[in-house]
Parts: sequence; structure tokens; C-alpha cells
Amino acid sequence: MLSVEGLRSRYGRIEVLHGVDLEVKAGEIVTVIGANGAGKTTLLRCLSGVQPVAAGRIVFRGDDVTRTAGHRRLGAGLAQVPEGRQIFTNLTVEENLRLGAYLFSDDRVDSDMAEAFAMFPVLREKRNQRAGGLSGGQQQMLAMARALMGRPNCLLLDEPSMGLAPILVDQILDVVRNLKSLDVTVLLVEQNAYAALAIADRGYVMETGRVTMSGPAAELIADARIREAYLGV
Amino acid sequence: MSELLQFTFSGLTVGAVYALVALGFTIIYNASGVVNFAQGEFVMLGGMITVFAHAAGAPLPAAAALAVVATAAIGILLNKLAIERARGASVVTLIIITIGASIFLRGAAQLGFDKQLHRFPSFSGDDPIAIAGATILPQSLWMLFGAAVVFAALYLFFTRSLTGKAVLATANNKLAAQLVGIDTDFVMALSFGLSAAIGALAGVLATPITLTSYDAGTALALKGFAAAMLGGMGNPFGALVGGLLVGLIEATTAGYLSSDYKDAAAFVVILAVLFAMPQGLFGKSAQERV
Ligand SMILES: Nc1ncnc2c1ncn2[C@@H]1O[C@H](COP(=O)(O)OP(=O)(O)O)[C@@H](O)[C@H]1O
Ligand SMILES: [Mg+2]
Repeated sequence: MLSVEGLRSRYGRIEVLHGVDLEVKAGEIVTVIGANGAGKTTLLRCLSGVQPVAAGRIVFRGDDVTRTAGHRRLGAGLAQVPEGRQIFTNLTVEENLRLGAYLFSDDRVDSDMAEAFAMFPVLREKRNQRAGGLSGGQQQMLAMARALMGRPNCLLLDEPSMGLAPILVDQILDVVRNLKSLDVTVLLVEQNAYAALAIADRGYVMETGRVTMSGPAAELIADARIREAYLGV
Repeated sequence: MSELLQFTFSGLTVGAVYALVALGFTIIYNASGVVNFAQGEFVMLGGMITVFAHAAGAPLPAAAALAVVATAAIGILLNKLAIERARGASVVTLIIITIGASIFLRGAAQLGFDKQLHRFPSFSGDDPIAIAGATILPQSLWMLFGAAVVFAALYLFFTRSLTGKAVLATANNKLAAQLVGIDTDFVMALSFGLSAAIGALAGVLATPITLTSYDAGTALALKGFAAAMLGGMGNPFGALVGGLLVGLIEATTAGYLSSDYKDAAAFVVILAVLFAMPQGLFGKSAQERV
């Protein structure tokens, strides 16, 4: 589905990704864990085309999309729920969802919106309210629902659990787990390593711009080094 | 009483032009955070191109349409050649670029056209219409009507069309706009084209009354900018109210005091309002905008 080879990226003259290799197969949930500043967000920004790639290749569903403009990635089937949610705060909940389906104007937009409301009933209640007035958890739901309105094959999620109460973290990650049943492949970036590995098939560990470990999620959870560094046990 | 009505008519007439200029500022400001100081030159070009196309033999409606389309193209080119090239530059840099563009357009108009004052005939003659003891020119009605149509059309565009929503979305959160598939470069080009067209239309409507020349844009940009600040930069409704208010303050000051004080009076009121309400009458607080 998605493969990344030797990806390098920089901010100004400072390189922050030093050749990242990564692969996500269709139907998988793959997680990337790593400490703050490891380069996880930069990696996802490169994948979505909103961050320049200095070297390396991104192949998505057989096509090299390394140089594809950001606004064309969703059309290719690659959506992102960005760090910090990035909802349209000045627009209503419903307008946010409608814009998620910006590329479409067929009948499916309405039925997709009904599905989004079924998935997150609280959004239906608040459909005509300004999105900026939602709570953190509701904004995260809106960000996810908006991304799904774009009919992605593959969804990139950047720390969806950030800043949420534990009960909401479980609820959000349940939704991520259930994306499998919607045929959406998932690349999940998390600092909450335990929760992410618990729902993932495979995982990658990033440290200062490099992938330092990878493997089946169950093996990573059991690995002594990871338990010490990321799971706090 | 009829005196006040008379001043109100002339205030609304000139206020309609300020409101359109303020609206032009608002659209580009929302899309890019940039205050486009070439906005006044768009108004000047609307008038001047109509004058010269009409003098060259084009019927007035065709000359006016040509002026609006050509100015919109110039606005899009300004974005393409100057603003888009400076991608990633600070907003201050971009504003300085627009000041440069304004000087360039003024110079080009001076060379390409001339330095004379010009007008073309009013759309429906120059016989004043008497209303309750006051009079209003038919061209003033055209100006008010034109401004009303532009504001209504824009309101529908932003609230009803997906493209309009895409412009609002880009203004609100550019990263998120790209992620949902909006071509934000297109939105920028559209905003510049739209602002330029609205400015040119203001020039077409006003020139029979106000006359125009290559340097007519400077004063208009200043008044339109003040109107946008008064209404709250970034709010189209604020642009409308701010424009009309500035026009009314000017006209009543000129009428009851002296036209020497009309500019000063407008700016005193604006400063007083901004002192009490730094975001302008209808502006959002910095918090809300985030
Ligand atoms: N806009 C930016 N400008 C400069 N440096 C940045 C910027 N964003 C992130 N960085 C740097 O890039 C590195 C990786 O950051 P990021 O990708 O956000 O990591 P993570 O998401 O894993 O926390 C960090 O050292 C960070 O300081
Ligand atoms: Mg991050």
C-alpha cells in the first residue's frame, strides 16, 4: 500500500529525517512510536506532501508520489488526521465534514456524513455549532470523521490520543481499530506507545530521525529495551 | 432635514465605493493575511481602462466589462509573479511587495495612459432625482445598487458554494485545507482575481462622479483600508458598514463644518473606535481567529 525508502527531510538547513525506510501493507494497522522530537510528525507531513522531501522515495499504491502536490494526495487515497487536530475552527461541524469530502459532489457525500454521525453521535448533536467550541475529544472525533469523508484507502493519524482523558483515548483508539472493517489501512503515530502497540499489527520505533527497531507489535511490546524506554516498566 | 438627507445621500454614495475597496482588502487579507496596498490601483485601473477603451470606440458596457476582466487578470498576475514567488516569506515582506506593486501599477498607468483627469458618461444621464427635498444623481443609485449586488453575490458565494467554503477553510487553516484536497494556490489566485475585479467595478461605477487619473488609487486605498479597520479587518460585513460609515462621516463633516475637515473627522472617529475596540466594530478577537 505505502512504502517509504531512504526518506530525508529538513527544516531550513537542519536535517531531521536521516533516511527513513518503512512499509505499510494493505489492511494493516502499523504504528510509529518514538519520543517527542523523533521526527514522527515530519514523516507524516512528507507523506501528505506538505513538507519538502530532500531525498528518498514515497510509493503509494504502486505510484511514486514523492513530488505529488499536497492537495493531490487525498485524491490518490491518502488522508491524514494531523497533529493538534487542525479542524476548521471558524466553520461549523457540518461544514468541516462537507469540506472533508471537498473532492466529491455525488450522493455518497450525504450517506458518508450520515455514517460519520452514526460513528460519532455527539457530532450530529453539534452539527450546526462552530467547531472551535467543541471539547478536545470532540475535535479529535471531528478531525477523524473529516478525514474519513475523503474516502481514503490509507489513513495517517498523528497522535490522536494527545491531551485526551484516558476514557476518550480508549474510545478514539477503538475507532482506529475498527477502521480495518472499513477497509482503511492505518499508519498510527503515537507517543502513547503501549496503547498504540496494543491495537497495531506491526510497529516501528523512531529515534532522532531514524528507524531504530521494527517488528510485529506483540514482539515490540515484549522487548526489554522498548519496555524500558517507552512503556515505563 | 432635507439638508441631512442630502448629506446622507452623498455619504452613502462615496461610502459604497469605500465599502467595495474595503471588501477587496478583506478578501485578500482572509486568504493570505496580507493587506494588499495595490487595492486602490485596481480601482484606478477599472476607471482608466474603461475611459481609454471607450475613447477607442468600444461601447460603454463593453469597455467596462473589459476593464473588470483585465484588472482581474492583473490581480491574478500580481499574485502569480510576486506573491506566489515569495512563498514562505513573512507577511510584512508580502505587504511591502504589494506596496511595490502599487507604485509599479501607478507608474505603468502614467506611461501607458496619461496624467490627465478623465471621466466617461454616467450610465443613466446626469439629471438629479428629487427625493423628499434632497436630490440624488442616477449614477449614485448605480453605485449603491452595484455595491449591494456585489455584497449579496459574495454572501451567497461564501455561504452556499463549496468553492466559497474552500476559501473560508483556507483562510481558517491552510494546512488542513491542503489535507482535504483544496488547491490553496488556486484559492490565492481566486482571491486576488476577485478582489481586483471588485476594485475595478468600484472604479467603473464611481468614475462618472469622482473622475479618475493614474494616481487616483492612493487616496481610495487609504480610505478603504481605514473603512476595513473600522469594520474589523477580515469581516466582509464589517467592510460594508465601515465603508458606509466613513462615507457618512465625511459627508456630514463636509456639509456641516467644512470639507477641509472631512478627512480628519473620519480618521478621528476611526481612531476613537479602534481605541475602544482594537478589533474594529465587527472584528474577531485574536483568540477567536486561532
Ligand atoms: N517547523 C519546524 N521548524 C524547525 N524545526 C522543526 C519544525 N518542526 C519540527 N522541527 C524539529 O524537527 C524535529 C522533529 O520534529 P517532529 O517531526 O515534530 O517530531 P515528533 O513528531 O516525533 O515529536 C525536532 O527536532 C523538531 O525540533
Ligand atoms: Mg509530533
